[in-house]
Amino acid sequence: MAGATTSKSRIAAAEPLWLRLMLIGLAILFLTLIVILPLVAVFAEALRQGIGAYFASFDDPDVLAAIRLTLLVAAIAVPLNTVFGVLASWAIAKFEFIGKSLLVTLIDLPFSVSPVVAGLVYVLVFGIHGWFGPWLVANNVQIIFAVPGLVLATIFVTFPFVARELIPLMEEQGNEEEEAALSLGASGLRTFLRVTLPNIKWGLLYGILLCNARAMGEFGAVSVVSGHIRGETNTMPLYVEILYNEYNFVAAFAVASLLAMLALVTLVLKKVIEWRFGGASTVG
Amino acid sequence: MTSGAIPASPTRLPTGSLRKETILPGFGLTLGLTVLYLSLIVLMPLAALVFASSQMGLQGFVDAAFTPRSLAAYRLSFGTAFVAAAIVSVIGLVIAWVLVRYSFPGKRLLDAVVDLPFALPTAVAGIALASIYAENGWLGAPLAALGLKVAFTPAGIIIALLFEGLPFVVRTVEPVLQDLDKEVEEAAASLGAGRIQTFAKVILPAILPAILTGFALAFARGLGEYGSVIFIAGNLPMVSEIAPLLIIIKLEQFDYAGATAIATVMLIAGFVTLFVINWLQRWNKRRGS
Repeated sequence: MAGATTSKSRIAAAEPLWLRLMLIGLAILFLTLIVILPLVAVFAEALRQGIGAYFASFDDPDVLAAIRLTLLVAAIAVPLNTVFGVLASWAIAKFEFIGKSLLVTLIDLPFSVSPVVAGLVYVLVFGIHGWFGPWLVANNVQIIFAVPGLVLATIFVTFPFVARELIPLMEEQGNEEEEAALSLGASGLRTFLRVTLPNIKWGLLYGILLCNARAMGEFGAVSVVSGHIRGETNTMPLYVEILYNEYNFVAAFAVASLLAMLALVTLVLKKVIEWRFGGASTVG
Repeated sequence: MTSGAIPASPTRLPTGSLRKETILPGFGLTLGLTVLYLSLIVLMPLAALVFASSQMGLQGFVDAAFTPRSLAAYRLSFGTAFVAAAIVSVIGLVIAWVLVRYSFPGKRLLDAVVDLPFALPTAVAGIALASIYAENGWLGAPLAALGLKVAFTPAGIIIALLFEGLPFVVRTVEPVLQDLDKEVEEAAASLGAGRIQTFAKVILPAILPAILTGFALAFARGLGEYGSVIFIAGNLPMVSEIAPLLIIIKLEQFDYAGATAIATVMLIAGFVTLFVINWLQRWNKRRGS
């Protein structure tokens, strides 16, 4: 009898079929119009003049230089932010200290700063008229309009990704396992490698993945510090802009399609990790 | 393998504001390196911006930060970010609701698609949207036939910000909706409440903090967004020129004072939004527990 009342109120607490179908339809429509259509457009525009024209777009030394530079910048920025993310989450998740919530807020700060502002601050520090400008010129070191500036701006915008994935995960896991390993005589480093790392590996991978996607795709921040020197300081997204502004649409969308494929691979891996790791997706 | 395999000790569950007793090593080293890296990469450069602004003097700063052209840019950036975040809050709620409450073929694919804006580079989204909404584009052509122009107007900026903002709302509302106790809804229904009444009186108040958090995250993103906007905006001074673009234009004209002042205004706006987001998230957590 209790079961009967429950199932009755279950029915009452659900929407009528027409409303369900309408909401599902609306959700599909919204996602199609807002998200799927732009993705499809990238590939449609890239292939507009056929597959030959598509591949011919990559027959440009400046495109290859842009691809190499994007890979180089990500190869420096992502590992640095990964190490930082692990160090920060060890300090924050495993210990209590005064000012902890302030530190967490400061780590999230780059998400609230416009990428353009992120690029500008490095110009103010390292540019010719910046704080260290005269010294850098005197010592013949170039940061702005060169690779180091691109790396710094990329590090800034991808700064929080790994840390914010790991902090909640490590807080949830607590310290007991590590304490057990230490009291059995394991060293700190060994405890980290053998106990902590296996526990956080999926979350860590997830953070690295998001960090890498953003690092390779960053546009606003690197745009400010790049100087747009062809073949030298154009990353892939910057070169997409140049090609687009020169009305070379097929080539622009062809390079863009590589970045779109990177996004798709990232999404698939992300779903695979979510499935293994059992965690819900978090806001990036 | 999974995090669920390691149950958190119940002693850690209460508020835990006291100092955690632990024998774990490396506190000084990891905290020190964290603060050092944070200071070098984020805090020192941001301090340079604030310092450069303070060097201008109050009058100089106001003159550089609030010109008619920059005021128009702020209005546009704040206005479009606000409108886009409001629209995306409603759309995101519908999508989150459908993903949590219903099952239908293709649901997993739909769920995966929600995260695409997080992964797709902004410049790629920008040129794709510009081509879709151009006068001969897939949606631009039918809209032009109706006499509507989206590309190269503020409406185009809102379209780009909808794309960037959508996952923030969906992914913030989704977990809260998931944790919602269905029994309360059933109780409301058994007491004679209609479905709409239950939604308005029971469900909406419970998920409102999450919706507002999603709104604020989408707004913060929209305020600073550059890559996806500039291709579709038209970038006409006083009409469709967003504040981040104006910073770049000032820099290209070697007007460092102008760029610095506008960037400082945007930085402060970002700080305020971050503060509001933190406050909303704490409210959200209190509701959840």
